[in-house]
Amino acid sequence: MLNRTIAPAFRQVNEINFIKPTANNLANGIPVYTINAGETELVRVEFIFANVNWDLSKPLQAVAVNSLINNGTLNLTAKEIAEKVDYYGAFLQTDYSADHTTITLYSLTKHLSSVLPIVWSILNESIFPQQELDIYKQNQKQKLQVSLQKNDYLARKHFAHAIFGNTAYGSDINLADYDHLLQQDLLAHYKAAFQPKNCTIVVAGKFLEQDFKILDTVFGSSWQNQASFTKNEFVFTAHKSREIYIEKPEALQSAIRMGNLSINRSHQDFPSLQILNCVFGGYFGSRLMNNIREDKGYTYGIGSGIASLKHAGYFFLATEVGADVCEKALIEIEKEINLLRTDLIADEELDLVKNYMLGSLLGSLENAFSHADKFKNIYFAGLDYNYYDNYIATVKNITAEQLKVIANQYLDWNAMTRVVVGKK
Amino acid sequence: MINFNRFTLANGLKVLVHEDKTTPMAVLNILYDVGARDEEEGRTGFAHLFEHLMFGGSINIPSYDEPLQRVGGENNAFTSNDITNYYITLPAANIETAFWLESDRMLSLAFSEKSLETQRNVVCEEFKQRYLNQPYGDVWLKLRPLAYQTHPYRWATIGQDLAQIENAKMEDVKAFFKKHYNPQNAILVVGGNVDTYEVKALAEKWFEPISAGEKYVRNLPKEPEQTVVRSLTVNADVPLNAIYMAFKMPARLDANYQVFDLLSDILSQGQSSRLFNSLLKEQQLFSEINAYITSSLDEGLFIVDGKLVEGVAIEQAEAAIWAELNKIASELVSENELTKVKNKSESIMVFSEMSLLDKAMNLAFYELLGDADLLNVEINKYLSITADQIRSVAQETFKKEKSSTLYYLANA
Repeated sequence: MLNRTIAPAFRQVNEINFIKPTANNLANGIPVYTINAGETELVRVEFIFANVNWDLSKPLQAVAVNSLINNGTLNLTAKEIAEKVDYYGAFLQTDYSADHTTITLYSLTKHLSSVLPIVWSILNESIFPQQELDIYKQNQKQKLQVSLQKNDYLARKHFAHAIFGNTAYGSDINLADYDHLLQQDLLAHYKAAFQPKNCTIVVAGKFLEQDFKILDTVFGSSWQNQASFTKNEFVFTAHKSREIYIEKPEALQSAIRMGNLSINRSHQDFPSLQILNCVFGGYFGSRLMNNIREDKGYTYGIGSGIASLKHAGYFFLATEVGADVCEKALIEIEKEINLLRTDLIADEELDLVKNYMLGSLLGSLENAFSHADKFKNIYFAGLDYNYYDNYIATVKNITAEQLKVIANQYLDWNAMTRVVVGKK
Repeated sequence: MINFNRFTLANGLKVLVHEDKTTPMAVLNILYDVGARDEEEGRTGFAHLFEHLMFGGSINIPSYDEPLQRVGGENNAFTSNDITNYYITLPAANIETAFWLESDRMLSLAFSEKSLETQRNVVCEEFKQRYLNQPYGDVWLKLRPLAYQTHPYRWATIGQDLAQIENAKMEDVKAFFKKHYNPQNAILVVGGNVDTYEVKALAEKWFEPISAGEKYVRNLPKEPEQTVVRSLTVNADVPLNAIYMAFKMPARLDANYQVFDLLSDILSQGQSSRLFNSLLKEQQLFSEINAYITSSLDEGLFIVDGKLVEGVAIEQAEAAIWAELNKIASELVSENELTKVKNKSESIMVFSEMSLLDKAMNLAFYELLGDADLLNVEINKYLSITADQIRSVAQETFKKEKSSTLYYLANA
């Protein structure tokens, strides 16, 4: 008779294999990192540009250039660009993040020679038509109006501004900022921000030598540096924590976001802090979830994390809770933070978190794309694969005592800026 | 091409195995053939609330999540109007833990009062977070009962209102479990770094002892054919006027389903699509415009929705949508345009094979449709579609008397 009360035997994950990229250069010097893996005949090519020329008086300039870069070139209209990309079953994405602007092409490998020239034209010949800019401004302002009615959006916006001030990480965007976007500014920023000298190409998928040749033919010679720029550099100092309360009398739920400046991936304590964060609010079984969702039922979800940016790191916690239980939820959050500072994490809980994190790392290496993502994490933080060896060793070996020290060093309710949007 | 092996246990549980040795991971996906359409009026939101209760401990195992996390696994689930789907990903070496956990909650839940009370609260907070405390969040709570008058698709998965969730009783939970959660109503898919013989042995060990239970025979009220135009105007504290138009379309297994899917792609997939270029870029009537299908197992909806540019009259915006719909219902799409959406569909399918979990979920869903093999020939159905079919489907669908239109207007 089967005894269902006894758990089957299991093993901790022991071996985690990273596929490391091969490094090449295009003729004009652009580094190309390739993860050639996978059975399927498809490929992802990312053109990653370090952000440059941050200008507080034009906070939307870089974002707008990124959004409009595929909206018209010397020879192609916005619609023609989209039609060509779609015709080959490809996907073209433009993403703007705190440190990088990325143009991503997903394509069947066999169509690379047809679609890469479209990307070339976007990176070299975009003209930012006035009409497209006008439509963009109008529609983005409308989208922002909708976002401004969302409590979680407001909490994010005010939190980032409180932590990072008027930098690319925290600038407080308002409707009027869209009115100040000018075509000539976008063109000037475009010329500076998309050049071989601030570009890194990361390729993942089925990508053989002949495909590299195609890439080099399209981008290696007919794309040259032409303008100077200043790379974005920011220095942050921790300042006094703030409480920000934005009252919404009609709110059914309050959005809570809190946290503080912290360390980023390049700091030696980062893996330890990630483990502590996992215990606290980093997975479904975390203390925050167990207490505030699974025990009290105050929320649909609560979580915490550490974001690693190029020039800073920050710790944050976010949730949306019933407006009537907002104060109670805040008290519980404070309690959970203090517990990590005063009490040792029990062995059973720590073992579980260690196993969970190793399984989660293994599972996050699903395909060529995810191996490339792991490479980007370290590459853009100035690290190498030793980072992952150290991470795995830290997860396996860290003790409850060490985590208590980390908690006292990095987790402090009183140091956190706390934003509540809704009702208290 | 997604390969699989398939067998059925003595108690009726269907099992599919997809071997993929390129990953060190495994997935266990279990689909229960029950969704919000199987609920009774007045007790809606129950299938979804029940999904939450499935994590509140089972008859022999007090906690579901903990033992799974301890072996390096993760899990989640979702409920739709048609199905409830649970999935686990974990290191393949520990696959038996997934069998142990998943089979015990199919055997019986712990039915803990504490869990019921907590999850009622959690789901009420989910209701608020997603539907009530968001601009336009309640659209589907309004649009569904406009488009459907008889079929249970007239309520959303989350339920008709908070009160029905607050009133859920333990006896309802037990009855729901008995009716829907048994081997005959489930499809199990195991994928990843596993062997079929090993999966078969584990399935026989953990699932086969569970009694077959009663086969649930679905007998849902059929939605009568819509013959008159329907409309509704809602005023709310939102910044922009919006319009939502719903047209009836056939069930998922209808031979024309894929034609509807391509039709929605031509109208609205990406920046080369018709509605985006005509209504947003050229006429500048909308700041957002979409067309999509609900892909329901029973008679579904073809939706067109958009947010209006400030100052545009809603009648003008609606007329412009109709002009585009009438155009595609009267003029043949070009070969080029048709090839474009077909190529895109093909490529989306290839990309979906990058994810083990997606493959497992797709196998389970197509098996529910009747045969997992359908998944591997699905693309052929798209590739064989002609311009004539697109036009004739559009003609039949985009009629005033088959439409339900919701004006979602900003309070002045």
